[in-house]
Amino acid sequence: MDILTTLRETFFDLDAMRAALPELVRVGLPNTLVLALTSAVVGTVLGMVLAVCGLSPRRWLRWPARVFTDVFRGLPAAVTILLIGVGLSPVALHVWGPNPYPLGILALSLIASAYIGEIFRSGIQSVDTGQLEAARALGFSQPSGMRLVVIPQGVRRVLPALVNQFIALIKESSLVYFLGLLASQRDLFRIGQDAAANTGNQSALVLAGLFYLLVTVPLTHVVNAIDRRLRDGRRDGRRADGAARPDDPDGVDLDDPVLAVSQEAR
Amino acid sequence: MTAETTADRLATGGVARGHGVAVATRDVHLAFGSNRVLRGVDLDVAAATTACVIGPSGSGKSTLLRVVNRLLEPDRGDVLLDGRSVLPDNADVLRQRVGMVFQHFNLFPHKTVRANVTLGLTKLKGLPKDEAAELALHHLDRVGLAHKADVRPGSLSGGQQQRVAIARALAMEPEVMLFDEATSALDPELVKGVLAAMADLAAEGMTMLVVTHEMGFARSVAQQVLFMDHGRVVESGEPDQVFEAPGTQRLQRFLSQVL
Repeated sequence: MDILTTLRETFFDLDAMRAALPELVRVGLPNTLVLALTSAVVGTVLGMVLAVCGLSPRRWLRWPARVFTDVFRGLPAAVTILLIGVGLSPVALHVWGPNPYPLGILALSLIASAYIGEIFRSGIQSVDTGQLEAARALGFSQPSGMRLVVIPQGVRRVLPALVNQFIALIKESSLVYFLGLLASQRDLFRIGQDAAANTGNQSALVLAGLFYLLVTVPLTHVVNAIDRRLRDGRRDGRRADGAARPDDPDGVDLDDPVLAVSQEAR
Repeated sequence: MTAETTADRLATGGVARGHGVAVATRDVHLAFGSNRVLRGVDLDVAAATTACVIGPSGSGKSTLLRVVNRLLEPDRGDVLLDGRSVLPDNADVLRQRVGMVFQHFNLFPHKTVRANVTLGLTKLKGLPKDEAAELALHHLDRVGLAHKADVRPGSLSGGQQQRVAIARALAMEPEVMLFDEATSALDPELVKGVLAAMADLAAEGMTMLVVTHEMGFARSVAQQVLFMDHGRVVESGEPDQVFEAPGTQRLQRFLSQVL
């Protein structure tokens, strides 16, 4: 009985949570979202560049992309964030002042881009070669065919894996605390952890965790919804309209790559 | 392009009727590594006629088609459209003049049927969206699928998909059409509709080079049948002559296997 009470007070002390709540909402949540969103955007753009370079027939494009991917996928996130965030800070000081965010975002983006690049690459590679051939037969150049026909299909197939990567990014954004944050720069984790350290009570950290779940769990369900939509297809509603023999020997075949990739990504 | 010319096109049936041009190859060679797929192919298809290419698999038929629209570049030899070599031209521009239909349709599954047809019109020919959509609808109507314009290809039968692929190629107003085993992937009952669309096109004066296993189509629609084996045209002539009086043992053996 006593133990249960202690545990409840340690993890679910409502007063401690109430005390931490305003800062978590006003400072922590926006900071976490800014870190994760910005890194997601930059990481996705960089990832697409990496994927296209990685698939290029030109060795001088392919090779650096592979090395980059191997390095940033192979290093622990903490090492990358410290090396970039601390190592480059003398340079960044001149540009942004003593704000650790730009370098933190850079480090998170580089890590994310290595994973996202591989996700995009597997998606693009899963598109049937006949698609590019058909585009070229119409008169599109190879790059235009890739841009208009192949890449959009490849990206669609890996959307679930991509969202998984965004979830990982939201969680990894907590690592920027390594770089030393001012009170106003603290993210969800840091605020929760500070409160926990000051009070010796973990409730604020639990609340911070709940905020992470508030963001990541809906995203997980978005993944599932996309997965379902890709598998059953938007065609569903349209199949009703008459013709619809679903015999498409060369059709979309979305299941396999999607599943393969979302599995592989974890 | 003005709305007037679009109207003109619609009035004349969209495709420039009877404006197919002559296609020829001269001593075309192509090897993949040590595999010599084409070993000196000469071919002459007169304007507004249909030539069917028959032969065992691996004989180089599909490769030959891809050399004509330069999806593959020949190692040696020449490709002529309307009597002029196309090898010095920009290959992407050349391909707008040569339509191609594939065994596996290769429709873009992420786009609607209409968008499959309009993609080349808007992005390559620079037509405004509404004009492209109108033209697309017209070409889909010609293959009897205007009512499917807004669905995705995945919900169509194979035969319907292939007819959309034909409409997509025709919308670019090609001067020559290439068909690469266009009915081989179809269920038997769907073959007829696609062959009918191809026969209509031939009757309208398109120049067509058709790789096919449909000997009935070759016999009734083509003016010329070419038998390929081991990267060469072994025998060619009018359908009756090729089918009734094959001059070589290889063709005799092939015909006895497929007929």
